[in-house]
Order: sequence, then C-alpha cells, then structure tokens
Amino acid sequence: MGQPMQRHATLYASEKAVSYDLERVRADFPILKREINGKPLVYLDSAATSQKPVQVIEGLDRYYREYNANVFRGVYQISEEATAAYETARKRIAELINAKDPSEIIFVRGTTEAINLVAHSWGRSNIGLGDSVMLTEMEHHSNIVPWQLLARDKGAQLKYVGISDEGRLLTEEFHGYLENGGVKLFAVTQVSNVLGTVNPVREMVREAHRYNCRVLVDAAQSVPHMPVDVQDLDCDFLAFSGHKMCGPTGIGVLYAKRDLLEKMEPYQGGGEMIREVHLYEASFKDPPFKFEAGTTDISGAIGLGVAVDYLSKVGLRNIRNHERDLTAYALDKLGKLKQMRIYGPADPDTRGGVISFNLADIHAHDMASLLDEDGIAVRSGHHCAQPLMERLGVAATTRASFYLYNTEGEIDRLVESLERAGRVFKI
Amino acid sequence: MSSVYSEIILDYYRHPRNKGTLDHPHIKAKDSNPLCGDIIEMQLELDGNDSVKDVRFNGQGCAISQASASMLTELVKGKKLDDVRSISKEEILSLIGGQLSAVRLKCALLSLKVLKTGVYTYLGSMSNSKEELSGL
Repeated sequence: MGQPMQRHATLYASEKAVSYDLERVRADFPILKREINGKPLVYLDSAATSQKPVQVIEGLDRYYREYNANVFRGVYQISEEATAAYETARKRIAELINAKDPSEIIFVRGTTEAINLVAHSWGRSNIGLGDSVMLTEMEHHSNIVPWQLLARDKGAQLKYVGISDEGRLLTEEFHGYLENGGVKLFAVTQVSNVLGTVNPVREMVREAHRYNCRVLVDAAQSVPHMPVDVQDLDCDFLAFSGHKMCGPTGIGVLYAKRDLLEKMEPYQGGGEMIREVHLYEASFKDPPFKFEAGTTDISGAIGLGVAVDYLSKVGLRNIRNHERDLTAYALDKLGKLKQMRIYGPADPDTRGGVISFNLADIHAHDMASLLDEDGIAVRSGHHCAQPLMERLGVAATTRASFYLYNTEGEIDRLVESLERAGRVFKI
Repeated sequence: MSSVYSEIILDYYRHPRNKGTLDHPHIKAKDSNPLCGDIIEMQLELDGNDSVKDVRFNGQGCAISQASASMLTELVKGKKLDDVRSISKEEILSLIGGQLSAVRLKCALLSLKVLKTGVYTYLGSMSNSKEELSGL
C-alpha cells in the first residue's frame, strides 16, 4: 500500500473520530486536482462510478510491478504473494459486510454479474412454472432484466412493488404479494440510484422469510456509502460493485449464505472451479471457488481490498454522516431554486447522497452540458431505470450524487451553475 | 470555451420555425436517439421539379436536437433533393456554432439523419445511403 496508506493509518485510526478531515480525504484523490474549462472539477457522479484514492492506484501499480502472477496455481514466491493478497481482499470484504465466513464472498465483474449469477444458478433450480419473483418499481435495469430472462425461460411471473409519490415502497403491496403466495424471491435495491430512497431491507427480509421467500439485496448504492451488515439484514444474497466504492472497474462481489452456495450449481464452467475433470464429467470445488471459473480479475480484487481498507479506515459511519450532511445542505439549497423539482424522499435521514431533479422545462441533457461548461460532472438521462422514469412521468432527470470527497462549496458551485442555466434558458 | 447555448439556439428552441406536420407530405421519416430520448420527425412536400416546396419537423427532446431540426428546415426549403442529399454535417454544426461533445453531436445531427433517410427512401437509393448515413 506504500507510504500514503501508512501516513493515513494513524489519521483514521479511530472510527469514532468526531471531526471528519475532509481536506485530508480530498488530498488522497489525485483527480480532484483537475481543471475542466478552467475551473476545478466538481465531480458529482459517484453513483455512476467513484473516483479512486492514490492508495488504490498504487496498490494496483504495486501488484503489476512487484508480484504479478496467477493465483493458486504457482508454487513460486510471487504467485503465493498474489494468492495471499487476493484472499486477504476476500477476507477484508467479508469483514466489511460482516459475512460469517470469507467463503461467502464470490468475486464477479460487478453488481450486474452478481445478479445474473444468482438468476442463472439459484434461479434456474428454484424458480419454476407459476412461481413469482418480486421486484420493485425503483430497480435498476440490472435487477430487472436478469429476472425477465429467467421468468421467460421458466414460465414464472414478475411482481412489482409500487412506490409512493415521495418515492417510498408501498408496503401494503409488498405484504399483499407475499400473502398471495408463490413468491420465491424478492430482489430489491437497498438504496435507489435515482431517488436516493433507503429501503427498510432488514424488516422486509424478516417478513419475506416468514413466507419462505428468499431475498436478494442490490447493494451497489449502499455498501460504498454506509455500514452494511449482512448478518443483521439476514439477506440471502447481496450484490455490489468495486468501482463505486473507490475500487477498480471490472470487479464486484456476490455475497450469499454458505448453505445456499453449497447447493447452487456452477454459473460458468472452466479452470480453477473444478476438483477433477474427466472426458464426460467433472466435480467442482467448494464455494467460493466453484463460482470463480477461469483467471479472475486478480488485480481488481486486490485493488478492491485496498479500497475496503481505505473506506474502513475513514469509517463507513463517518462517510454516511458526511453524505447525510451534504444531502441535507443540497436539498435545502436546491429546494430554494424557483421551478426546481426534486424527486425522492425529503428527509435526508432516510435517503442516500443521490439527488435527481429537473429545473423548469430544461432537458436533462442540456442541463448536464451547461453544468459541464462550468466544470461540474453530473449524470443525465434515465439512469438505467426506465420503469421508474415512467412511474415519475419524466423522460429524464439530472442527477447529482455525493461521496466522501464532496464539499458544501461544490454544492454552492452546483447551485450557481443551475442559476446560470436558468438565465440561459430564460425560465 | 464558447457555450453552445447561444441566443440563436435558445431562440430556435423556444420559438421553433416550421414545427408541425404537413397535410400531404411526399417524404416522411422519423427516428430517435435512445440515449437522450430525443425524437425527430421530418416531412417534406415537393414541387414538380423535386425541389422542397414545404417542410415541417416535429419532435421532442433537448434544445440542441430541436433547434438544429428547426434550422435544418429553413436550410432545405427551396432546395433540390439532390442538394438536400449533399448537406454535410459540418454545415449543420456551423449553423449551431459552439463546441459539442461527441455525445451531444448525436443530438445535433439527428434531424439531418432523419431527413436524409427520408430522401434516400424516396429516391429509392437506400443501398447507397448506408455509407453516407454512417457518419451521422
């Protein structure tokens, strides 16, 4: 991890640190020194992908420079170093989400592949004709389309829990579907990537389990931003992406309860996932290796391990508090703009650091272009949630999303730029 | 950097020229940009010499897509179809002015793509058009 990690090790030693040293955090992210159109970059698109601290960049660099080798196979020193780093990363991730055992952590490409793995492996064996998969209207396409494909193949049905106008799940619909029977799986996002809504996953898991319904949690927008404890949630599956939590692209995680993993069929076949291969049959390794066919993204896993170390040292509770404060500040400032429409819950205590909005009739893409002229990076469009856009009755929204490195000053810059957009469009 | 959101663009967006539909168009074409959700339809009425007698656009989307469509209708009015065929993307971009990112170029050029698709279909030369359209 090199010098910078050690330098910060003492700084972030205490999880209980009351003061959050934002400037020290920002200093860890080299990209924040960039200027766009002559202005300092204001990066407000961390819900799409986060920026990377120097510790992670150096961790990747060190792997490639000093111990690049394939894992498990080599009996030579650098292969053993690579294997140790790869497995240490798995252990760190297990600790981060409080999994019972590192073998419950499967490395995949990202949230999307994690959900597809569950649909292919667990879904094909457990969802049949007439069964239902329950989703919600606020899911990302990655937690819709795999289930559509499964339902089409198996003759299963999809049920969607609707949302209120404020962007909260309609719990009566959730209970109603469970009571009607046949729901084998509930796949739900913990934090909406559009509305920011934090869903009451813990309570919903308990309720679903009463009906023998398994629960998959899309944690792409939660694990990077707040403490998540899979034993407390008691969810059966949990999926998240490395690149949204300061790690590299191309690596992500599927958590699943050990007893489920043991019964699940492999997702892909190939090297590394086998115990023995004969011409007409093969036997498979135990989890997690059964689900990691071929050479995996070794550098990605190691980089994600460093990212988890970094986030743990800053403290997920501190990050959550910081984002909560930023969100409250932004909701207040944006809410004062005339003809501003903000989507999602108004209470910053029950929403994540994601704010979708439209200003008057300015199209989201025009808004994003105008903000870009001022060096502000936001997302515009349907955010891979077209069913939710239909529910909200809009073609697109502009979305600002926050992370540990964002500042109130950056939100002021956003507000100034929004005011300029209003003047340009003469609203 | 000069903003693409000039007074001219905003004027065409807020007060579009030739927006609507024709009663008896000879040429009709429609397309959308799935990324932005921009939709443009172009309609052309021709005179006896295959010149554009009248033109309308209809659609919804961002200011760039809608303003450029409106500007394009003014550009083609009175032109022979062969001349419409040869309108280049550079001509459209110079009408718009300002700098566009690669993603926004698609917004700016959607109407030209729609127009050319309609003209090629009318002239029955779709086979030759793939190459010309591929740049849009």
